[in-house]
Amino acid sequence: MGSMIIGLDVGGTHTDAALISHGQVANHAKVRTDYKDLYSSVMGALDQVLDGVDVADLARIVFSTTLATNSVVQGKEDPAALIISAGPGLDPTNFLPTRDYYVVKGGIDHRGREIQPINPEEIRSIAREIHENYLTCLGVAGKFSTRNPTHELDIKKALGDGFQYIATGHTVSGNLNFPRRMITTYLNAAIYRTHKMFFDAVDRSLASRKITAPIYILKADGGTMGLHQSLDYSAQTILSGPAASVMGVLGLAHTEEEAVVLDIGGTTTDIAVLADGVPLLEPLGITLGPYKTLIRALFSKSVGIGGDSCVRINMGKVTIGPDRAGPAMAFGGPQPTPTDARVVMGLVKIGDHDRAVAGITGLAEILKVRVEYAAELIVNTTCRNIVNEVNAVIKQINSQPVYTIHEFLEGKVIRPRKIIIIGGPAPHLAPRLRELFRTATTVPEHYDVANAVGAGIARTTTEITLNVDTEREVLYCPEEQRRENVSSNFTKKDAIRVAFELLTKRARRMGALEEKIDMELVEDMEFNIVRNFYTTGKNIRIKAQVKPGITSKFFA
Amino acid sequence: MKSNKKMGLVFFPAFDWAISPTHPEREERLLYTQDQVSEEGLLDIDGIIELRPSMADFSDIDRVHICVPQAQKVTTVSHLLSAGGAIAAADAVMTKKVDCAFALVRPPGHHAMRVVCGARGFCNVNMEAIMVEHIRHKYGRKRVAIVDTDCHHGDGTQDIYWHDPETLFISLHQDGRTLYPGTGFIPELGGTNAMGTTINIPLPPHTSEEGFIYVTENIILPILKDFQPDLIINSAGQDNHYADPITDMNFSAQGYAHLTSLLQPDIAVLEGGYSIEDALPYVNVGIILAMAGLSYEHVKEPDYDPVRIRQSNKTTDYIKEISEKILCLYGEAKCRRGLFIRERNSVTRERRIYYDTDDITEIQKEEITVCDKCAGTIVIDSRSDKGTICAVIIPRDACDSCTTEGRERFARLDRQKYDYVYLQDRVEDNYIREGRK
Ligand SMILES: [Zn+2]
Ligand SMILES: [Zn+2]
Repeated sequence: MGSMIIGLDVGGTHTDAALISHGQVANHAKVRTDYKDLYSSVMGALDQVLDGVDVADLARIVFSTTLATNSVVQGKEDPAALIISAGPGLDPTNFLPTRDYYVVKGGIDHRGREIQPINPEEIRSIAREIHENYLTCLGVAGKFSTRNPTHELDIKKALGDGFQYIATGHTVSGNLNFPRRMITTYLNAAIYRTHKMFFDAVDRSLASRKITAPIYILKADGGTMGLHQSLDYSAQTILSGPAASVMGVLGLAHTEEEAVVLDIGGTTTDIAVLADGVPLLEPLGITLGPYKTLIRALFSKSVGIGGDSCVRINMGKVTIGPDRAGPAMAFGGPQPTPTDARVVMGLVKIGDHDRAVAGITGLAEILKVRVEYAAELIVNTTCRNIVNEVNAVIKQINSQPVYTIHEFLEGKVIRPRKIIIIGGPAPHLAPRLRELFRTATTVPEHYDVANAVGAGIARTTTEITLNVDTEREVLYCPEEQRRENVSSNFTKKDAIRVAFELLTKRARRMGALEEKIDMELVEDMEFNIVRNFYTTGKNIRIKAQVKPGITSKFFA
Repeated sequence: MKSNKKMGLVFFPAFDWAISPTHPEREERLLYTQDQVSEEGLLDIDGIIELRPSMADFSDIDRVHICVPQAQKVTTVSHLLSAGGAIAAADAVMTKKVDCAFALVRPPGHHAMRVVCGARGFCNVNMEAIMVEHIRHKYGRKRVAIVDTDCHHGDGTQDIYWHDPETLFISLHQDGRTLYPGTGFIPELGGTNAMGTTINIPLPPHTSEEGFIYVTENIILPILKDFQPDLIINSAGQDNHYADPITDMNFSAQGYAHLTSLLQPDIAVLEGGYSIEDALPYVNVGIILAMAGLSYEHVKEPDYDPVRIRQSNKTTDYIKEISEKILCLYGEAKCRRGLFIRERNSVTRERRIYYDTDDITEIQKEEITVCDKCAGTIVIDSRSDKGTICAVIIPRDACDSCTTEGRERFARLDRQKYDYVYLQDRVEDNYIREGRK
């Protein structure tokens, strides 16, 4: 196998590709993203970096796409049906993502015990109805299915073989949150066809170019998974853009500290946070348009400040964004932008200088100041707004709840020691940001294609949850659909060992090629189960993951 | 989904604290509740927000308690965090960040009295009282009603507010003749200066939804209306549940949610409740939904059967009978307040207080100055294994004469007689503790 890596990130404005060879960016390409023909954008960028490369030298190709993001955010994904078994509790129809839903019999409690059985006849009649509505993809989600998947699996079985794809709730995440599980399961079903069609096409084109290197897809949590495996987890590939940038920073600006990563783009600035060099994750999952999901993702806050944000004067004050009316005036846009201000200040020599000056002059006249001063004011305001947003993000992270005395006393507080800035305007805003933050700022090399680099070098990651109930003598791992009996003297140590075994297998299946997989425990708790003042068992809860990070091969 | 009331939730399950590994008050008490709250996605509902607990400090405790030998010795970090959780809930409500808040914290506190020599009924310090006095200290004078819906009589909270006419304490609980702590009878109506601001509703064993809702509508709500509180606090114990292992009542998640929606508390603080798998997950979800003004009609225990747990007709009749009696005594009590004032300068009560959790016995003599202008200065003499102490308590907003009297009495105390002497001067928010010279 070869040693070269290609990373490819489809962004809102541009599609970036990077060819990485022996830890160096050997070639990169930037093409405009054409939403009507994403396939051509992707293949166009790919062909540019493949120019002159012997495809036998490729070790892997990693795609980060926003393929389904826009349709999901706008609520225009393919229709899919959803079968829900909720049992008592909140009315599940409060959270529904689709009109094609069926609330069916069946209930599981918090320890995975059956409250009410399902009725297979009911499911079979629903299957007929879904067929009559010409829906081919559907999801099955049950409350507490991560504690016991039997009902979801029985429902899937009763539905029969006639559907193209059936997503089940217990495999989307080991975390508890039934409304999010319903939605994420539904998304997996609704995106399935788009995801499959696109990557089947990419797969065919690569084959026609004689490329045999394995293909990976970047997930929103900054890890990758094999193309084939991604079919069952298509929702996890939505919104991988911020993850691509953060992983790029990890590769380009090696840092072990607490740091803030700013990806300043045309429309938005994405803020991410590193603790000890490791990116922070969203506590439960990302929110996408109307949907709160269980899609594991790097923590990233997107704010409406970018190079193309509209600049206005409101009550004598400069405001930036949050909207974008088009490109900067220097590039024929309708409204003055921070990019125009940079052109006026002579920081960049791009586009039509006169148009930029004309735009900023309009604002300078309202402010009754010189045009150069107005330009400086705009850049300063842009930077100050970013700083305020970053401070708000840090405050929010530091006020997250804790559940044990130990955590409270430990009181880990994030205090960033470094700001790492990437994206087009990075070098021009860095000096002013440095002054405002009073913290070291870095603009890494290849700051404008960090996202593509990030996709290329991200590690294959995955995680598992293990619940052991020694009173009921069961062990259960929802992600791996593994349910087995254990003896009543099963210990936490045993559970951790099993968790790492299952995690290793799963990581291999997802495409991990490293010899030694870097794993860690995320949670390990053990509680007594007490009946009438006597301990009758233990409730052990383990979460383990492949440490997110960049592949060691990058530095090889 | 959006809540009708903006609600704050402090969730501090203290997964690493227990009285002992198999004690009802142990690590996983809120584990299954947390599972249920997470799985139902309650924190994703627009308008329900999670608040981080803060840590109470010892001055918050000294404002309420006389700790023997001192606050640092009778509490652990978990108590400061539990009280801090209640304080975080209160601050969010008082600053209008939320309309109401629920502090799902442990350990509990409603058996902790003014003097603390150790733990009673799993409680060391009183979370609600610490929170209420924090509110008054930070946000000014408030009329506060505390409604204790734990199955056990809230004897600690009753003791702390026994003499306070600005704090209405109502406890409904299983009859003290059949359950710990064996107090909370109808004639317990408050001290000399605060007659009628303590109300006890002892319910017979096996009281079900019908009985609880009856006393809520017929006793609690009318008395609350008469008292006109600025704030309603609910000591939200959940051991009236039919599945609770240490009590004998027949209440349910539906019942608790209904009661909460009638009471409309500004702040609820968790107290007891030890059916950690079969009751707490459902009761807590019900209370949260009711506080947020959302429908709780589908929140039911898996084995919920209202017919099976329904109280007998005899119980219904008995509850109606005691309700009449309580309302009648409440009316009389307000008149009796005046009578005492004309007859005496001070009133004394002597008690023996047993700290069951720590096996400590305290002999306490309490003397209160009769006053019609303020709550009256209190002098407490207490002896136990933990020491012999004397404490002078000058209440909030004390009148000039009670303030002067309190400070003079503290100055005159014979330091040689006691291991420690205390001055709790609420007027100056000044707390002094002196050891034997
Ligand atoms: Zn109790
Ligand atoms: Zn007075």
